[in-house]
Amino acid sequence: MSAIYILWLRELKRYTRSRVQIIASLGQPLLYLLALGFGLGPVFERAGNGSYVQFIAPGVVGMSILFMCIFSGISILWDRQFGFLKETLVAPVSRMQIMLGRTLGSATVATFQGVLVFIICLIAGLRPHNWATALPQAFVFMAMVAITFAALGTAFGSVIKDMQGFPIVMNFMVMPMFFLSGALYPLSHLPSVLTVITRLDPLTYGIDGLRGSLTGVWHFNFALDVAVMAFIAAAFLSLGAYFFSKIQI
Amino acid sequence: MIRVDNLVKTFGDFTAVKGISFDVKQGEIFAFLGPNGAGKTTTIKMLTTLLKPTSGTVELDGLNPMLQQKEARQRFGIVFQDPSLDGEQTAYENMELHGVLYRVPRKVRTERIESLLKLFELWDRKDSYVKEFSGGMKRRLEIARGFLHTPKILFLDEPTLGLDPQSRNQLWSHVKRLNETEKTTVFLTTHYMDEADRVAHRIAIVDHGQLIAQGTSAELKASTNTESLEEAFLALTGESLRDESASTAEGMRQMARMWRR
Repeated sequence: MSAIYILWLRELKRYTRSRVQIIASLGQPLLYLLALGFGLGPVFERAGNGSYVQFIAPGVVGMSILFMCIFSGISILWDRQFGFLKETLVAPVSRMQIMLGRTLGSATVATFQGVLVFIICLIAGLRPHNWATALPQAFVFMAMVAITFAALGTAFGSVIKDMQGFPIVMNFMVMPMFFLSGALYPLSHLPSVLTVITRLDPLTYGIDGLRGSLTGVWHFNFALDVAVMAFIAAAFLSLGAYFFSKIQI
Repeated sequence: MIRVDNLVKTFGDFTAVKGISFDVKQGEIFAFLGPNGAGKTTTIKMLTTLLKPTSGTVELDGLNPMLQQKEARQRFGIVFQDPSLDGEQTAYENMELHGVLYRVPRKVRTERIESLLKLFELWDRKDSYVKEFSGGMKRRLEIARGFLHTPKILFLDEPTLGLDPQSRNQLWSHVKRLNETEKTTVFLTTHYMDEADRVAHRIAIVDHGQLIAQGTSAELKASTNTESLEEAFLALTGESLRDESASTAEGMRQMARMWRR
């Protein structure tokens, strides 16, 4: 237990100590929110879908959590490079505990980042439909998205061996996951191929849960989103644990 | 304390370690010397549960490190060839993290961290980030950390690589002192023959994955009819140069070094 705690704490320290990085990582969501939110807003409204900022804000929160998780996961590579990974892997602690400490640490950090972006969204004009239920529900979804993708990040960080692998992960896994999740556009009336793909994307359910909680507009429903996210979280945690246990040093 | 019998490790069709056997007694400082690519690091990896031997047996304090991994890990400390510190945390936090991972009780942990950091002259810098440390300070911190959980055996894989003579000298005095006061068995590798000569009670020389000689420094010199350990080493291993292929990790490290400049 204490091993999980100390590694969790390390992730938190790493986050709070790099203030520049915190600000830098707010840049991208801010750009999406402002440039797309206000840029495409008039078109979106004319199409009869209401406020685009209101629509895109949950997507941007989900995106920032996703990216934060993947970056934290990739930090395994840096730890491998600077040797710290070895220190943890020869300790008399099971790999499972090390993996859980790291993954829960990056999930916590990513959730916090999600909350920051959420506050920015509130400033930019997001108005939850019902504060009392929206906030706790949205928080549940943020945490679930964070755990799911932190585990996936751990899996990526364990599998790729050097930084050349990073663009592959970003361009072929993470960016498609974001663009095909319904973060930027509604999932109804899509071409059938896209409908199938979006339904296979794990992030879709997290974003839908966030959007439903905050704005009251659901594509699926609360129960389905929670169930699917819980299932994917369990699957990715197992995957992350498996690949982390296979790391050779 | 360490008993190795007919240890073999093959990678594909390449045999890195070809049937090495030796014994290290409790409280001994044992130097494991050899040219690059002789199989030193591979042997250390097998001794420290990081690599599974192809055949042969290893015994650490009566334990089989492959079957009783956790118990064995609790009993040894290791300082790797390349650094393994967390640069983003302070010296004290690095020690603390190690203490927690090795389940050193809080009270003992606080006391030992203080005494070890003082011994290795790092106490004044305990709250500085490790990334600001010089190479010598990092090494000292790593060795202090290796002693934190009072291991019975300490493995040092080329701990003085890249250090100036002052740091090397001081580092070995500390290691010797702890070897005497805490009766820690020390297993070391180095390329500096003068260090091995000065520090080690017994020396083993490996080449091409085989153990070619072992004994005290005096015995090795006598058997080869040479004046110094360096000459004895060259007489035993020949003068040809060895090349080691770089791993991906090594490639990344080189890249990191470039960026830091």
